[in-house]
Amino acid sequence: MNSIQKLFQQKDKNLLSIYFTCGYPKLEDTTKVIAALEKSNVDFIEVGLPYSDPLADGPTIQDSSHKALENGINLDIIFNQLMTIKETNKTPLVLMGYLNQMLKYGEDRFCQKVVDCGIDTVILPDLPMVEFENHYKALFDKYGLTNVFLITPHTSEERIRKIDSYSKAFIYVVASASITGAKGDISNQQVVYFERIKNMNLQSKLIIGFGISDKQTFTTACKYANGTIIGSAFIKNLGENGIDKIDDFIKPIIS
Amino acid sequence: MKSKFHPDENGYFGQYGGAFIPELLYPNVKELADNYVQIIESEEFQKEYKSLLKEYVGRPTPLYLAKRLSEKYGAHIYLKREDLCHTGAHKVNNTVGQILIAQKLGKTKIIAETGAGQHGVATATVCALMGLDCTIFMGEKDIVRQAPNVARMKMLGAKVVPAISGSKTLKDATNEAIRYWIQHPETFYLIGSVVGPAPHPDMVARLQAIISEEMKWQLKEKTGKENPDTIIACVGGGSNAAGAFYHYLDDEDVELIAVEAAGLGVDSGESAATSQLGQVGIIHGSKTILMQDEYGQIVEPYSISAGLDYPGVGPLHAFLYETKRAKYMNATDQEALDAAFELTKIEGIIPALETAHALAVLSKIKFRKDQVVVVNLSGRGDKDLETYINHLKE
Repeated sequence: MNSIQKLFQQKDKNLLSIYFTCGYPKLEDTTKVIAALEKSNVDFIEVGLPYSDPLADGPTIQDSSHKALENGINLDIIFNQLMTIKETNKTPLVLMGYLNQMLKYGEDRFCQKVVDCGIDTVILPDLPMVEFENHYKALFDKYGLTNVFLITPHTSEERIRKIDSYSKAFIYVVASASITGAKGDISNQQVVYFERIKNMNLQSKLIIGFGISDKQTFTTACKYANGTIIGSAFIKNLGENGIDKIDDFIKPIIS
Repeated sequence: MKSKFHPDENGYFGQYGGAFIPELLYPNVKELADNYVQIIESEEFQKEYKSLLKEYVGRPTPLYLAKRLSEKYGAHIYLKREDLCHTGAHKVNNTVGQILIAQKLGKTKIIAETGAGQHGVATATVCALMGLDCTIFMGEKDIVRQAPNVARMKMLGAKVVPAISGSKTLKDATNEAIRYWIQHPETFYLIGSVVGPAPHPDMVARLQAIISEEMKWQLKEKTGKENPDTIIACVGGGSNAAGAFYHYLDDEDVELIAVEAAGLGVDSGESAATSQLGQVGIIHGSKTILMQDEYGQIVEPYSISAGLDYPGVGPLHAFLYETKRAKYMNATDQEALDAAFELTKIEGIIPALETAHALAVLSKIKFRKDQVVVVNLSGRGDKDLETYINHLKE
């Protein structure tokens, strides 16, 4: 059983996950942000690996990634940072990055480092299912890693069923046809989509992300899924108000 | 027999290619992958495509024996005059074909990226022709250095959106186009080169293949043989080279030379010579050769030529490079400028800066006297006049 499955055994409603960018706002902030999120009782944390060309990300995460790279962050530094909190951090971590980062680092070397850091779940938004089936499933199995797939309003039922069968942690339900950082309330059209997915009675837990930003969108989304992920809104707050104010951002959402 | 230079069912040329795309693009890309071959090979498409190429683009383009250039370099040098295509470059061969495919798929909104602006102009042109909505993404830096093409796109009714991320050039324009496509999956992404997720690289190569299709019969008429000894073309993403090589890929006796932009020099840190500086990686949905650092972060390329200022090459080129089917050479900014001025002076043809890179290797190759060489003259230089004028002053 992986860390996310264990989490779901304890709690499977109203989960809040926060995405943050490693090395942002400052190089050494990676572990500080994780500690602050843990203190604020976030259920699990998405550890974002800054990438130069993040195709699925909007301006906020592009900017934080750019800043982090300018700060000198790289995969070796990130893995070292994560190693220092391996024993103390109790909140499950999920690694989110782009496939080229793993490819260039060396697929086996990357997977081994992830495992060494005590992480067992990864999200790679540009890893397509066919590549997973042909190659990456065997690689991840070898290291006991779990891959999270994304589904969208345009993913067919047949494909969702297949993704469900491959999913061991959760399915990442992309809330609308958008990149990260979409704004505004949840529309009726989105609710219809969430209900459709909910009524499919999938074996996987569902976490909604992309466009979840505050108490209202969190509460609405949680009606149709086990929890949500907030990314851009958190990064924006972190950039403006700093690590000390993380609790002020989280508390109103989960209270 | 299926050529080894055609992609497999997952869009791979050897280890290169594939479709590494976020899930949101999957239905779009699948729809295209399921339909493009059938559409392109249909009689109806071929009739419309060939008719537009003839009546609208002005094909066949001449295969011109450049006498003075030939004398200078001691070979029979032919220029495939893609610069004489409507809109001034080979790019329109692809946009005419893709706009017909978009129509067959019922798409009414078109998006595209552009570097030098040639693909943007060619896309805006066919959108005007067909009455379709057109949005072009262009790096902010390129908007400045290719101002005449920006004006042409606007006059043609296209919306030009500046890409302000990263290096503000072709790579970033492509990123922004893909991000827009994710948010507007109803649009048709009319990609400008043999790059992007499968099936785009193969689709664009098939549409540019008209260049080598014509070369075959034109050479037969002029030399008695369909095959030249050597074909030379410049490579950014690699669409004009793919088109010029396409029908000769399996004829191993035809030497294929692709010329990349070396910028200030391959090892200067200011270069776009991808095959020399890159390693296997993923860019814009395709596994290929890519300029990147040890952590897979994409390195910002440099070239004086906006159309070659790209950190990757199409997956077919990565495969041609790896298998040594094509030879990858390069030319610096200065060498390209010198070659542009030379062609202008001795043949009366002002080439695009991109094309000038292909011409620049003529002085680096030792030819046999009877060697038949075709240089793909991919575009004309009107858009680069400001750069040329500045160079004249120096």
